[in-house]
Amino acid sequence: MRLQYPTNIRVIMVPCTGRVDVIHLLNAIEEGADGIYVAGCLEGDCHYISGNLKARKRVGQVKKILTELGLEPERVEMYNLSAAQGPRFAEIAREMTEKIKNLGPSPIGQKAKAA
Amino acid sequence: MVVAERKPLNELLEMVQPYKKILVAGCKGCVTVCNAGGKKEVEILASELRIARKKEGQEPDVKEITLERQCDPEYMDQLTEVIKDRDAVLSIACSVGPQYIAGRFDDKVVFPGLNTTFIGGSLEHGVFAEFCQACGACGIHNFGGLCPIARCSKSLLNGPCGGSSKGKCEISKEVDCVWQLIYDRLNRLGQMDRLTRVIPCKDWTTSRDGGPRKTIREDLKL
Repeated sequence: MRLQYPTNIRVIMVPCTGRVDVIHLLNAIEEGADGIYVAGCLEGDCHYISGNLKARKRVGQVKKILTELGLEPERVEMYNLSAAQGPRFAEIAREMTEKIKNLGPSPIGQKAKAA
Repeated sequence: MVVAERKPLNELLEMVQPYKKILVAGCKGCVTVCNAGGKKEVEILASELRIARKKEGQEPDVKEITLERQCDPEYMDQLTEVIKDRDAVLSIACSVGPQYIAGRFDDKVVFPGLNTTFIGGSLEHGVFAEFCQACGACGIHNFGGLCPIARCSKSLLNGPCGGSSKGKCEISKEVDCVWQLIYDRLNRLGQMDRLTRVIPCKDWTTSRDGGPRKTIREDLKL
């Protein structure tokens, strides 16, 4: 299919999005990531029954924490798509990149670079 | 277990604001079980503090430790090295923890990161409820094994009151009337006659009325 998607995205593979915890997303923010999204399987299609639903809740928790910290909650998102949806994967990558570009760089990353 | 919940982040940030070198100290006891102050929560809080400091343009200096328990003097030793260069400690044990740290380390400022809420248990994952008020003289056998002191809004020993409706307490539709539960259970046990027994007034001297409490086990003392 040779689909193009923005080069600024770094893919981190996990066995299931149920493995993704609040601390993993916070660590990314702490290290200066401008945005993070979790790409889980379609809801109802989790091989482990509810991994993607748990991931969605954790993303929600991180959004809450970002708001408390005075950062934009939109910097972290949850998406659902199947492994067969290559075009959708590329579309989400572009959509998220565009959204983060509009928000601008994370103030945490800016401070990290300046230091 | 002792149930506790995290204080709001803003409150904690304000507490530690004047201090540069922070130690976040968790506990592997009750607060790990109620997901408020275990290793995982220590990592999250420390990360939150670091992000907040970075946002303010400061270089964060936050260390993390989770003790076996913060309510035994011997486990306080685990803090000796790590606490040395710290300006302040944020303990996310129940409120016993920060008091133990304050007692052991005279020169260190200690803050409670949690609100200790009650003695209770989990109803389901993520939901905790109060079951005991530590009155010091358990009498739940008189009430079908259910505690009217902790679980009745009025702590009535001769309930239910007029606020009981369809098995719920008048304070909230979410709260069971424990006296309804007591009657139902004694009925099922065929022990309704227990409620006709005359029980002497409860002696509250074992509760807080006698001042701070202490238990001494001579057989265990070294």
